[in-house]
Amino acid sequence: MRRFVPTLKAAAVAAVLALAPVAFDQGARAAEGGPESGHDVIKIPNTDFSFDGIFGTFDRASAQRGFQVYKEVCAACHSMRHLSYRHLTGIGLTPAQVQALASQFQVQDGPNDNGEMFERPARPSDHFRRPFANDAAARAANNGALPPDLSVMVKAREGGADYLHALLVGYSDPPEGITIAEGMHYNKYFPGHQIAMAPPLNTDGQVTYVDGTNATVDQMATDIATFLAWAAEPELEQRRAMGVRMIIFLTILAGLAYAVKRKVWSDLH
Amino acid sequence: MADSHHETNEHNDVRRLHDSKVANPLLRWIDQRMPVISMIQLEYGSFPTPRNFNYFWNFGALAMVTLAIMIATGVVLSMQYAAHTMLAFDSVERIMRDVNYGWLLRYAHANGASMFFIVTYIHMWRSLHYGSYKSPRELLWMLGVVLFILMMATAFMGYVLPWGQMSFWGATVITNLFSALPVVGQSIVTWLWGGFSVDNPTLNRFFSLHYLLPFVIVGVTFLHVVALHITGSNNPLGIEPKTKQDTIPFHPYYTMKDSFGIVVFLIVYAVLVFFMPNYLGHPDNYIPANPLVTPAHIVPEWYFLPFYAILRAVPDKLGGVVLMGGALVILFFLPWLDSSPVRSMRFRPITRWLFLLWTVNFFVLGYVGGKPAEQPYILIAQISTAYYFAYFLVILPFLSKFERPLPLPESIAHAVLSRRGGGPLPAGATAKPMEKA
Amino acid sequence: MADVLASPPKTSPAEPGPHHADPAHGEGPVRRDFLKLATGAFTAVGVGVMAWPFIHSMNPSQDVLALASTDVELGPIAVGQAVTVMWRGKPVFVRRRTPQEIQEARAVPVGELPDPATDQSRVKPGKDEWLIVIGICTHLGCVPLGQKPTDARGDYGGWFCPCHGSHYDTSGRVRRGPAPLNLALPDYSFTSDTRVRVG
Repeated sequence: MRRFVPTLKAAAVAAVLALAPVAFDQGARAAEGGPESGHDVIKIPNTDFSFDGIFGTFDRASAQRGFQVYKEVCAACHSMRHLSYRHLTGIGLTPAQVQALASQFQVQDGPNDNGEMFERPARPSDHFRRPFANDAAARAANNGALPPDLSVMVKAREGGADYLHALLVGYSDPPEGITIAEGMHYNKYFPGHQIAMAPPLNTDGQVTYVDGTNATVDQMATDIATFLAWAAEPELEQRRAMGVRMIIFLTILAGLAYAVKRKVWSDLH
Repeated sequence: MADSHHETNEHNDVRRLHDSKVANPLLRWIDQRMPVISMIQLEYGSFPTPRNFNYFWNFGALAMVTLAIMIATGVVLSMQYAAHTMLAFDSVERIMRDVNYGWLLRYAHANGASMFFIVTYIHMWRSLHYGSYKSPRELLWMLGVVLFILMMATAFMGYVLPWGQMSFWGATVITNLFSALPVVGQSIVTWLWGGFSVDNPTLNRFFSLHYLLPFVIVGVTFLHVVALHITGSNNPLGIEPKTKQDTIPFHPYYTMKDSFGIVVFLIVYAVLVFFMPNYLGHPDNYIPANPLVTPAHIVPEWYFLPFYAILRAVPDKLGGVVLMGGALVILFFLPWLDSSPVRSMRFRPITRWLFLLWTVNFFVLGYVGGKPAEQPYILIAQISTAYYFAYFLVILPFLSKFERPLPLPESIAHAVLSRRGGGPLPAGATAKPMEKA
Repeated sequence: MADVLASPPKTSPAEPGPHHADPAHGEGPVRRDFLKLATGAFTAVGVGVMAWPFIHSMNPSQDVLALASTDVELGPIAVGQAVTVMWRGKPVFVRRRTPQEIQEARAVPVGELPDPATDQSRVKPGKDEWLIVIGICTHLGCVPLGQKPTDARGDYGGWFCPCHGSHYDTSGRVRRGPAPLNLALPDYSFTSDTRVRVG
């Protein structure tokens, strides 16, 4: 029995190690939707995504459809300035497809020998084309509201992909007694419920998917959330795979190190 | 030159050389001239160490490992990072996307900061619980407090570097603490900023200092270890080793025990880095800094929350700053505030419970530090802050005078061997009270 | 695992020390040695594997590897003229050679060159007048002179490196001086008669 005491102690220390930040963090996290936010807290419904869980991976087809939604709907207002066309190989496009896709877009280059900026077809190495030249232009075109960049949106919002999905399907008429400011829209899941963005996905079939998937609003919302989740964390699959190997390796090493420790200490007991 | 002169010289040379016992001729040649190998053998090989450490004594080694990981990852990250307000956020995203294994290095560095604080907090708790700060280890403890403050400064400036919303507003709020100082406050803040708001000059100096301070930490850590190796380690019983039976050589006993602890620590660290890398971070820091919009909830990183709670417990600006500073400064005086000759809480029946309450209280402070500044959290923070200080200023100085400590064991070996000897002999059943330290 | 972890028969050393483990003393120490060896090997592998991300992070990143190729408009370049364009942070020399320069380059017996190469092998077939080379001296990396009409072009009418006096001919081949190799050729292709894409 006594021989297990060190094991138990080690387990206890490991538990403390693991739980201390979690315990602290609950405080910080609880503050997120605290009562001071001046509106009731709406629980964000959980969407089943392909990349949920420890072994989840991005559904390539869904992410590609999501890119199509981005390209045809979101890209009118939202930039994704941290992504380049070449990154799209990460959702399963071949380099040739990326090349063909990039050349559909005109990007600014220059200055040329005459000192002038000019437009040319994009190359895979170019960043995604931006809808507006700068933030001021974006505000001017959007009633004073700045459409945020979507590159890391999933990491930049509490709730991540679940929140984005909920937001995109969360538009409705305002409930009784709530007046919506001029140019604003009611959304159940947006903090404060008044969002400047008009419902971007409002009719089934708004996008005609190249792979023939039925483009319901919910489907489009799931696809764009998947695409944006990939865009925010393109390393996710590699990271998890590496993590699993790492932890198996370290667990074996821990066993070995513990055995050595016990051997070494055995002549003291 | 005369032969005799030459001889004298050689004689002097031999006398000046270190008397090395290293077997390998090349290593001995080096060791005679620069006895680092002898030093390592002495300080980490045969160094007599109390035989009764529990796993709480792993955390000093863990802190050293974490420091090494932080410096290693930090050095390569700084090769890719651009310290400019226009580029910082983008350069971090480039690290995450385009630099080979950049995501791994950045997540290891960001979560390494959290691991560093977990380890250091446990290390400090160990000192408090087993009285490691007491004579003759006062300076050792004070150097530890210096290290803790240096860590806080380094972590704070590191958090500013990605130039997200929390970076910017954290920097603004924390630097503004200095504006509470009378008369010179605003000038100091302007000086810290290098301008009239947190901006590019601020980011640049924070980057410079964030690179510098870790090496200051290495230096102070060296002094911390020097001080430790003069007094020797404390131990869970809090009594000094008396005979050889009480100690064992550091190697292989504690090197192996530390190695095992390090691997367990790495497992926890790996879970954080590979499966929940952003769990301890704040989503708002993935929004680029915007000097015109403050996020709805400014929350510091979790490891600052207890002190943040103390800051907010006082409605007065200067008062809050002084109290928060005081919560750290008071630690320097701890060796003299605690007047009990008994080190380990195991033998202080009343203080032990009040200390455990202090521990819970510290978690409570952390909890309310993450809550909005409104009732009932302010009241809880005020009560907790009062207890935080009362423990140091009232309980330790005065209770020690009245508390009757439990009898101390005769020696470490006696306590250890009687426990292992089979019978349910309570530790120290036959012991005399410890002599005044 | 349980077997490995099981306590061996207890011995009671009078004074334990690092040298207590004597390999001659039965199977306990032997097993300890094996365990230590295995643990040491595991640790070495782990440290080695973890060193790789640190090293690899200093290799060219994905954005650098994907760096745009450079398009060069050839139309404005007159016979005898040269332009310099940037490609992967390096100068690329594009020279429209005169018939005389081509002839000079082809008249040299290849065997006499320090780095033998025919002029034909250094240009695209049918595009004899366009010589495109990386403008980095193969000695120690300086940029040779010879692009501007006023530059010294060295004794062979091509380029001259002012750092250590290497002379290149009108085919970009080293003729004299410390440079060991001819000026390197970048990957390039003609996308039309008047356009070249380098890279």
